[in-house]
Order: sequence, then C-alpha cells, then structure tokens
Amino acid sequence: MIVELGHYAMILALVLVLLQGSIPVIGALSGRHAWMLLAQPLVWLQSALLLLAWLALCWAFVSHDFSVAYVALHSSLDLPLHYRISAVWGGHEGSMLLWVLMLSLWSAAVAGFGRRLPLPFLALAIGVLGWVSAGFLGFTLFTSNPFERLLPPPLDGSDLNPLLQDPGMIFHPPLLYMGYVGFAVTFAFAIAALIQGRLEADWARWCRPWAVLSWVFLTLGIALGSWWAYYELGWGGWWFWDPVENASLMPWLSGTALIHSLAVADKRGGFRIWTLMLAIITFALTLLGAFLVRSGVITSVHAFATDPSRGTFILALLALTLIGSLSLYAWRAPRVAQGPNFAVLSRESLLLANNVLLIVACATVLLGTLYPMALDSLGLAKISVGPPYFELVFPLIMLPLLLLLGIGPMLRWGKHEPGALGRRVGWLVLAALLIGSLWPLLMGGWGPLLALSLVLASWIGLSVFQDLYDRWRRRLSLPPARIGMHLAHLGVAVFVVGVAMVMRFEIERDLRLAPGQTAEVAGYHFSFDAIEQVEGPNYLAHQGRFSVTTGEGRHITSLLPEKRRYHLHEMPMTQASLHRGLWRDLYVSLGEPLNDSGNEWIVRIYYKPYMSWIWYGCLLMAIGGLVAITDRRYRRRRAALQGEV
Amino acid sequence: MRRLFPLLASVMLLVLLWLGLAQNPREIPSPLIGRPVPEIFLPALEGDAVLSHGDLQGEVSLVNVWASWCVSCRAEHPHLLALQQQGVRLVGINYRDERVDALSYLEEFGNPYHHIGWDGDGRAGIEWGVYATPESFLIDKSGIVRYKHIGPLNQALLEQTLLPMIRALQEEG
Repeated sequence: MIVELGHYAMILALVLVLLQGSIPVIGALSGRHAWMLLAQPLVWLQSALLLLAWLALCWAFVSHDFSVAYVALHSSLDLPLHYRISAVWGGHEGSMLLWVLMLSLWSAAVAGFGRRLPLPFLALAIGVLGWVSAGFLGFTLFTSNPFERLLPPPLDGSDLNPLLQDPGMIFHPPLLYMGYVGFAVTFAFAIAALIQGRLEADWARWCRPWAVLSWVFLTLGIALGSWWAYYELGWGGWWFWDPVENASLMPWLSGTALIHSLAVADKRGGFRIWTLMLAIITFALTLLGAFLVRSGVITSVHAFATDPSRGTFILALLALTLIGSLSLYAWRAPRVAQGPNFAVLSRESLLLANNVLLIVACATVLLGTLYPMALDSLGLAKISVGPPYFELVFPLIMLPLLLLLGIGPMLRWGKHEPGALGRRVGWLVLAALLIGSLWPLLMGGWGPLLALSLVLASWIGLSVFQDLYDRWRRRLSLPPARIGMHLAHLGVAVFVVGVAMVMRFEIERDLRLAPGQTAEVAGYHFSFDAIEQVEGPNYLAHQGRFSVTTGEGRHITSLLPEKRRYHLHEMPMTQASLHRGLWRDLYVSLGEPLNDSGNEWIVRIYYKPYMSWIWYGCLLMAIGGLVAITDRRYRRRRAALQGEV
Repeated sequence: MRRLFPLLASVMLLVLLWLGLAQNPREIPSPLIGRPVPEIFLPALEGDAVLSHGDLQGEVSLVNVWASWCVSCRAEHPHLLALQQQGVRLVGINYRDERVDALSYLEEFGNPYHHIGWDGDGRAGIEWGVYATPESFLIDKSGIVRYKHIGPLNQALLEQTLLPMIRALQEEG
C-alpha cells in the first residue's frame, strides 16, 4: 500500500514537473504575471511528492518488503538497518530516485532563495529545471522503476553487494549526486539568460554560490569515493583512472573552470559568453557521466546492471540538452556584450590560463575514456587506456596550473605592473625552491618530479600566507570570499604534497606469512599473531591479528584485517585494516590462504607516507568553498548593490 | 559559423556514443580462438579415467566450465540439457569445486556432459583463460577453438549463434 502510494507520488510528480516546465516559461515569454508566479508552488509540490516517494522506498527496505523487486535484489533479512537505508540508493533504480529527489530539492532551494531574482528570469530558470526533472523522472519511471513488484515475493532478498556494505558508501553517492545535480542550476541560469537574450549585470553573482556549492558537494563526493576505494577494495590505491571515476572527474574539472570564470564575469563583466558555455558543458558532462555509468558502454568496477533501453534514453536526454542548448547558444550568444579588455599580466589573463588548462585536462580525460570505445565502434581494436596514459599526460597539464595558482590571486584586475610583482614574489620563489627541494630529503629520497611538485605546493602555500600577512599589515578587510579562496588553494597544495609523497615513497609488499611470523616493512615490524574465525551479522570472516611495533619495539597498534564471506554471495571480500597518521598510513590486508590447512596466507602490507594529506587537501578545498559562499555579497539585494555603484 | 562549432563537435560526440551503445564491452576476444585447445590432463570427476585434450578431437564439442557454487551455472543448466538432447557433445570442466558437491549438483539437476574433468585447483582454468564461470568454448573436429562465450548461455545465443555454428562445424569434413 505504502509502496503504491510512493509510486503514484512519483507519477504525479512527473505531471507536475511537466507543468513546471511549461506554465512559468510561457508566462515569462508572454509576460503573464500570474503564470510566472505559479513556478514556486509547483516546485514545492513536486519536491514534497518526490520526498514522499523516496520515503516510501525507504519504508519498503526497512520493513523487508521483498515483493518490491528492487528491495529483493538489494537487501536481505540479515542486512543491518543502516545498510538497508543506504541500499535505497545502492542500486541503479533507487539511485535514480535519489537523483531526481535531489534535483527537486535544488529546484526548491532556487525557488526559495530566488525571491530576490527578477521574476521572469526566475520563472525561466525554474522552467528549465522542470525540463531537466522531467527528463530524469521519465527515465526513472519508464526504464528504471524502483517500485516494480515481484510476484510471488521471495522469502529473503539476495542482499546488498558486499562492496557497498560500508560506511563510506552511505555518504558517497548522495554527496556525489548533490554535486552532479547542482550543476543543473547553473545550467538553468545560463539557459534562462540565453532565452532572454541578455545577461543581466548581476547574473554571474546569482550563479556563483550555486556553482560553488555544487562544486563543494562534488569535491566531497569524489574524495569520499576515493577514500572508500582505498580501504575497501583492498588494493591500496586511491585513484584508478577507471571510466566511472573519470566520469565524475570531468564535471569536476569543468566545474572548477566554471567557478573561476564566474569570478571574472562577476567582478569585471568579462568572460561572459565563455561562462555560459562552461555552464552548459559542465551540465552536459554530468549527463555524459550518467550515460557512461548506466548504459553499459564501458566495463568498470562500478558499472550498474545494464539495459540498452536505458542507454538509449540517457543518450536522447544528452542529445536534446546538447543540441538544444548549443543551438540556443549559437543563436543568442552574439548578443551578449564583450567584457572590458585586460593586459597580459592581470588577474583576468591568469584566470583565462586557468580555464584553458582545466578544459584541456578535462578533454584529456574525455579522450582517454572514450578512445577505447571509439576504436571498438570503428571495429579497429579492443583496447583499454590505462593509468600510464593519464599519469603521463595529467601532471603535464596540472603542474603549470599550480604555478599560476600561486600568482593569480596576487594580481590586480585589468593590469598589473611586472616590476611590482617581481618585488613581491622574489623571496617567495626562493623560499619555495628551498623548501620543496629539501623536503624530500627528510624522507630519504629525491626525484625531479617529486621536488617540482613540492616546490609548487610550497609556492602556493607561501603565497597564501604572504597575502594574508599583507592584508593584515595594510589593515585591509578580509571578506569570507577571499578566506574561502585561500583555504581551497591551500587544500590544493596539501593534496599535491600527499599525491607526490605517496607516489614516490609508498612501499607495497605481498608476503607469505604464517601466524607467529614477523615481517619488516619500512622500519615497522608487523607480527602476524593469529588468525581466527569471527561472525558478523551477515557474513563469516577469517580475521588476522597483527601487532605493529617500531624498530625500537614500541607498540603502535593492532591491525585486524578480514577476509569475509557473505552468506548470500560467493565472492570473498577483503576488509583491510589501517592505522592512519598525519605522516603515514600503515595498511594490512589479507590475500588468499596458500593451502587448505590455512596456516599460511598471502598478506599485503603497505606503507603509505602522507596518505591522509590527500583527504585533508580535498576537505580543505570543500571547506574553502563553503566559507566563500557565506560572503554577504551574495545575499545583497539588487537595489543595495546598485546604490553602492 | 564560429558559434556553431560547439554544436558540430557535440553532434559528433553523440554519434560516437550512439555507436558505442551497440558494442558489447563484455565480448572479450579470446586469444585461444583459431588455435588448438590448450593441453589438459584432468582426472575425471568420477572414476579413474582422465580427460585430456585428445578427447576434444574427432568430434565437435562444447567445453563448458562450471562449478556447483556458481549460481549462473544453474541458470544455464536447462540450456545445456537441451543441447545434449539435440545431440551436441558436451565436455565439462568442473572448476575449483569439491567432488562431492559437484556430483550431488549433477544428481539434482541432471548430467548433460559426455566427459567431465575435475579441475579442483583451477590450473586448467588458467590454461584456458577462464575469467569467471560459466564459460563455454566451441571446439571443432580437429580440436581448434572456434568460439568462446563468457557468462550463462541463453536462448537467443543458442538459436542465433551457437546451434548454427555447431551444425556448420559438424558438416565440415
């Protein structure tokens, strides 16, 4: 009964989003005030209905309603409650419902905060969000309905994929989807502006908080996914250049470009046409990501169960979006005025370089992801483009970006005197060179790429502190937008240090060990004390007990890696055990038992220096974004701003 | 014209994606195709006999890699029985399994195989490049691997690909 209620709520929501996509738009185009006013109530209503539908699906999981096919496939009687809740989005159908729910929540937020926007613009933007909602809701209802019944119902479900039974998995998809979906808002703002055929003076200022917030969610979502892969897959890596990871990285790169070009559009009125284009591209890349993950065109560890009709549907959505919005762009963009000119050495030109590099990086990832498919389509070969390609090309693009990142924020808009810059950065360059080239020696090694990365990271860090000191000395104000920017840039530096150190100094050992034996890795003693059987709620496991001591014999920690066998799955699962620290992670995972008596095991022991810097770096970037959007600038009304000018 | 460039580029991308939809990335070509079967000497699942690569010559056979613990194998089992009914010679490789479990599995669901080799430690599986059970290899009369399918067999595959190929191979000299 509750399940049917949810199903009806979803159907009704589809009808409402179709109205949301038409009435306010017609109202805005024909100037009918009352029609435009309908935008907000329609959004409230469809969001409430989708929330209801989502809660109904949660209820089906909590109450073990295996007559719902989706529940039967992704849950079981033994599955603990928190994983039953996360199983609501653990499969394709449920994750789509979460996706449309988040889209409607973003729309509701736009409708709520958008009361400061001019009504025709708001009505158009909400109308565009209605089209996007209609596309995804139609996709969910017609090709991936989570409420479909399974008759006769099985007595028990087939359980959630054990890989997904992990705390990281509870939060990773919602954060990632919040990011993906959020870029629909900037897309809607761009399309609304293009339909109107003019970019209001404040347009970029309206967009910025939305773009930054989506970017924050996407950053956190990707980082959490990587963090999860790091300890859950038991391979010890944190980024695999897997097509699905790339699918999330591409919108992140173009989204990063977007928030920077919005800064120029907001502060100087420049890059306006380009910013519109980026808003469209970023949203299209989120659709492309959905297509790659859910259509089965690529094989990947994450690929959802596939069905050709789904691929066709998303491809049609992508085609409509791209052809529709780019035609509109080709028609309307020439009307948008160009911004003011700027000198070669100016903040604008550095941000332009930032955008070019980010977009080239994004294109590189796109190429590497689609190239195997292109060859296959042309019948040439089946190949896979692996990490070697990306690890060669990606740093080549990113290292120059890091160099610019240190300079950009110091420069003035419009034109900066080269001499003034030289005096300011002279000591910074020297200090960064010194720190970066000596730092690796602390770890007992040196390499040109490592030293270069650390020089650039120190350069960014020092330039941030230089600016803070400068502003304090000159009694200048420090608005949240600037603090946020510095935090995010520091996050990049911290991230780079982590990546460079891990890549150069990590130690990975696969060893044969029997209980009672000890191994030495990177100066730590890992003694394999025992192996025993333990029982979890829905699995049996072999649990190894390792005690870790330093060379001098000081006890550090006990690690308990497990090899789990879930009752309803054949595949054994590896649960690694880690001791995390600021300077290094120690990581033990159990491989296969070597013989039937079970006294010798393949044991993987990893030493990962500075690993946590990668996560702290991402966290800092996200916090920086959040701090930046608290800036009062974004909440000012138009009138107040006009008065100021 | 300059403004139309993004539109043209994206149309090309869309065409590529559309072509990509028609491909199946799971269809991984096996290096074995067109080559003689890899050498195997496996103890029979039951009794003292041996299954060797010599047993795969002289007659068209379908080698099926299976295990009692594999759920997809159960799904394809009816198709194997049907193939046997139609006179196809099936040779099983019982992969990483316990003999007792495998025998009771066959007792329960029926035995479609002419010969079964027991590959308890998965050695033969490595020789044959087995990714995951079930997998099926079509071998012609002279012992050459002609086709490989990963995953459970299904009706469409049998009717459209496998049976016509088997008939054609049987007619070859």
